[in-house]
Amino acid sequence: MLENILRTLPQVLFDGITLGTVYAVIALGYTMVYGILKLINFAHGEIFMTGAFIGTAILLAFSSLGWIGTLPIIILVLVAMFLTAGVTGAIGVGIERIAYRPLRKAPKLIALISAIGISFLLQDLVRFTTEFANDGNFYLIGPELFKSNINVPLSKMASFLSDASFKTSFLFVLVTAVALMIILDVFVNKTKWGMAMRAVAQDRDTAALMGVNVNKTISLTFFIGSALGGATGVLFAVQYGTIDPYIGFILGLKAFTAAVLGGIGNIRGAVLGGLIIGVVEMFAAANLSTLTNHVIGAEYKDVFAFIILILVLLFKPEGLLGKALHEKV
Amino acid sequence: MWAAAGLVLAVLLPFAASQGDSYESFMDVSTMVGIYVCMALGLNIVVGMAGLLDLGFVAFFAIGAYTYAIFATPQANNFLHFMDFPLSGNTFWLFILIGGLVASLFGVLLGIPVLRVKGDYLAIVTLGFGEIIRIVFNNMDKPINITNGALGLSSITPPTLFGIQLLNASQFYYVVLVVALLVLFIIRKLEASKVGRSWRAVRENEIAAQAMGINLFKTKLTAFAVGALFSGMMGVIFASKQTFIDPTSFTMLESITILVMVVLGGMGSVPGVILGAAVVTILNLQVLTEVSNWLTDLSVNGGIAIPDVLSPSKMQRFIFGLLLILFALYKPKGLIQEKNRIVDPKKFTEAGENAHASN
Repeated sequence: MLENILRTLPQVLFDGITLGTVYAVIALGYTMVYGILKLINFAHGEIFMTGAFIGTAILLAFSSLGWIGTLPIIILVLVAMFLTAGVTGAIGVGIERIAYRPLRKAPKLIALISAIGISFLLQDLVRFTTEFANDGNFYLIGPELFKSNINVPLSKMASFLSDASFKTSFLFVLVTAVALMIILDVFVNKTKWGMAMRAVAQDRDTAALMGVNVNKTISLTFFIGSALGGATGVLFAVQYGTIDPYIGFILGLKAFTAAVLGGIGNIRGAVLGGLIIGVVEMFAAANLSTLTNHVIGAEYKDVFAFIILILVLLFKPEGLLGKALHEKV
Repeated sequence: MWAAAGLVLAVLLPFAASQGDSYESFMDVSTMVGIYVCMALGLNIVVGMAGLLDLGFVAFFAIGAYTYAIFATPQANNFLHFMDFPLSGNTFWLFILIGGLVASLFGVLLGIPVLRVKGDYLAIVTLGFGEIIRIVFNNMDKPINITNGALGLSSITPPTLFGIQLLNASQFYYVVLVVALLVLFIIRKLEASKVGRSWRAVRENEIAAQAMGINLFKTKLTAFAVGALFSGMMGVIFASKQTFIDPTSFTMLESITILVMVVLGGMGSVPGVILGAAVVTILNLQVLTEVSNWLTDLSVNGGIAIPDVLSPSKMQRFIFGLLLILFALYKPKGLIQEKNRIVDPKKFTEAGENAHASN
């Protein structure tokens, strides 16, 4: 049994890291907004989903223009990501302006209700826009961009491993996601705007007294978080092909778990949490039925993120890299 | 006023409806209104009174429904061998309580890890729990077939009362009416009790409540357990009324629908929530379908083409999402605002003086 698990481990790691980077970038959006507003932005999963749809629509448009095949694919995808990030970033800012800002002084419960409302509204807007444009189908299949698979002949290196393979898009997803995370980290830690964001997260009133424009900083946070979420949506669509308006919900839930696991409000923690959740989930999907002697199958893989969430809340509510907060009275 | 309402509900409404040929379907909607009113009252304890956002409330409803359905179909024979299933319809009355208690137990088990942590994790954990319960019920057909998976459980034994099987919506209406009155009575009592006042105190200000000697964790957990209890009870009734359940009846959309009822009616306000539940249920089951049918007719006969995509019965998410945002922004207290009971200070001083005098 253990040999079997070890044999498939490299494949599990490839798949897990791909999924994990997607979770990680979405988790960044949750963590940034939570850090600055102390609000779970339920709509963030939906922003990701909207991004996936916008990106796929742009890629389909490129495809119908005949650009795919004539222009380098990587450039086309990057252009699609860039455009999508702009649109979803603007949507994020709009959501904050309309649904969250008026409620900044209201009880937390009311703001959360508004957030869940936005999330539902976006799901349905995307659904019927897609149905309009796509002959009554609510799902969308993107053009196939990366056709080739790369085989890693691990069995030649070590006899106890079996070969692993990944789509070429894996490399693209990984490199782009890592680049996005590094840019964000530098932005938050090294620039003036990043400093403003950290200041507002720490103490909004004092930051305002120091001359930080709080509203602008919050808008900026929403723009960056949502742009990252939208861009990740495009990456997700490129990697996994078919998308529907309901992918954002469960993915958002897992990404949020990743943010909590890493320590909510902590950017590097979100990345770590995302990778852990991605690998655990893929490991569960591959080995659950072997481990439990076919009692529990791979269909329970979605339960794992949830169990991790409960365990973290029980034993380490501040997360792996977070600091325990003391309550302000 | 309550007597008048009771008279309308028990006699006038069924009588008025009995004249048409759509009597049963009308009573069916009324029964569903009753079920949703009770559920919304349950969620109102959690969200409205204690201020805890529960986004997976339907999970408890599902637990109640499955508790009855498994034992009221031959399904239980798959894992219990000491007696023969299905149980008779007489046990239904007992199962209302059992289903509620099982749901409540799950509420406590979920509440223990989550309610200890400060913050809004409850919303996301309950959201996850609602989804997980559905996945679990969907897959518990192996290794031992407990829930029959995605196929669901059919031919659930209907309840029996004095040897009569209750099969029609018009009969269920009275069952639901009695249960609803009971629930209402309990909630009215709870509202004014010590625990009800602690819920509100915790909602308004946790730190101040703690300073007054309220145990935060226990108070929240009680709210969570009582809410789950009502939800589970209604699940049992729902299962026996539908005689068929499968995991698709218990999606997140259902949880949000119940939340919309509470927010629309007025968080914390019992009459408000009853109104909210009635409005949303009728909108959901009656108005949206009828408007959709009317639009289809219009595009068939009148030549005004209204695309199927915009059919209102598909737009529940849009409508509910919009309602949540609008009420959060402009009317956070809902249609009927919660009233604070006015305390007569004389009563207290007199009681105090009497107590002093007797000393």
